[in-house]
Amino acid sequence: MKLLHRDIVCQQAVALAGDYLEGTLTRRQRRRFERHLSACDGCDAYLAQLRETIAASGSVEPEALDADTIEGLVDLFHRYRDDED
Amino acid sequence: MDDQVLLGLVLDGDQAAFTSLVKRYHRLLVRTARFYVRSEPQAEDVAQDTWLAVLRGIDRFEGRSSFKTWLLSICVRRAISTGEREQRTVPVDTTDPGPLVDPARFNSAGMWSQAPAPFTDSVEEAAGNANLVAAVQTAISDLPDPHRLVVTLRDVEGLSTTEVADLLGLSTGNVRVILHRGRAKVRAEVEAKRQVDER
Repeated sequence: MKLLHRDIVCQQAVALAGDYLEGTLTRRQRRRFERHLSACDGCDAYLAQLRETIAASGSVEPEALDADTIEGLVDLFHRYRDDED
Repeated sequence: MDDQVLLGLVLDGDQAAFTSLVKRYHRLLVRTARFYVRSEPQAEDVAQDTWLAVLRGIDRFEGRSSFKTWLLSICVRRAISTGEREQRTVPVDTTDPGPLVDPARFNSAGMWSQAPAPFTDSVEEAAGNANLVAAVQTAISDLPDPHRLVVTLRDVEGLSTTEVADLLGLSTGNVRVILHRGRAKVRAEVEAKRQVDER
């Protein structure tokens, strides 16, 4: 890849990737980032990994609760209901 | 079943509906509270208080926000007052925890010398890839706070950046910085683990 003075290097692209995903880069930064990405497989893959990480995060299920904790909270529920009645 | 429907059933005295909400959100409440209080048992207490407040209908849910955001905001208020009682200052650590990617991965010109490769064939596939999801889950729970909490709220629970900022009393800029750091760390951990697995 031939570098022009306005081009960014991979380490700079990595630093911009977070704001790129959040859509908070300035127009100029975004253009530079996208121009770099179109010519760089490594940074394209880095961005893909971040997107995959975020997508996989959305599939994380709540951690399982142990039976004692559930029982304790159900007791709380009944105690409260009894106070009500 | 929808959270708001479950809440209605709970207020009518339905224990099964209460258990469903507890299973869905109790760990999240503890994790959120833990950000403000000194110990795990205290965080458990705050989470329990939060459920009690829900049962009492003190802060009525009016559907202006999602149930989740409403529940979390009760928890945060209670956690803050508990934290204040014990005079704990909330550690919003914005000190630089190191580079987003190991500098050894780049050459002297700042270009990749060891470039990454995508984890799966597509982002859609990533969401359904059990191994990847498990690796991401582990990496998120290994994050230090505030990164763990912010990534959990934003990426696992799907709150918007603004909602996270409002909830935790941070600026959106601050949330973004923490979020980027957290995501980058999770990415790096997952990548490292996959390289080990492939050996």
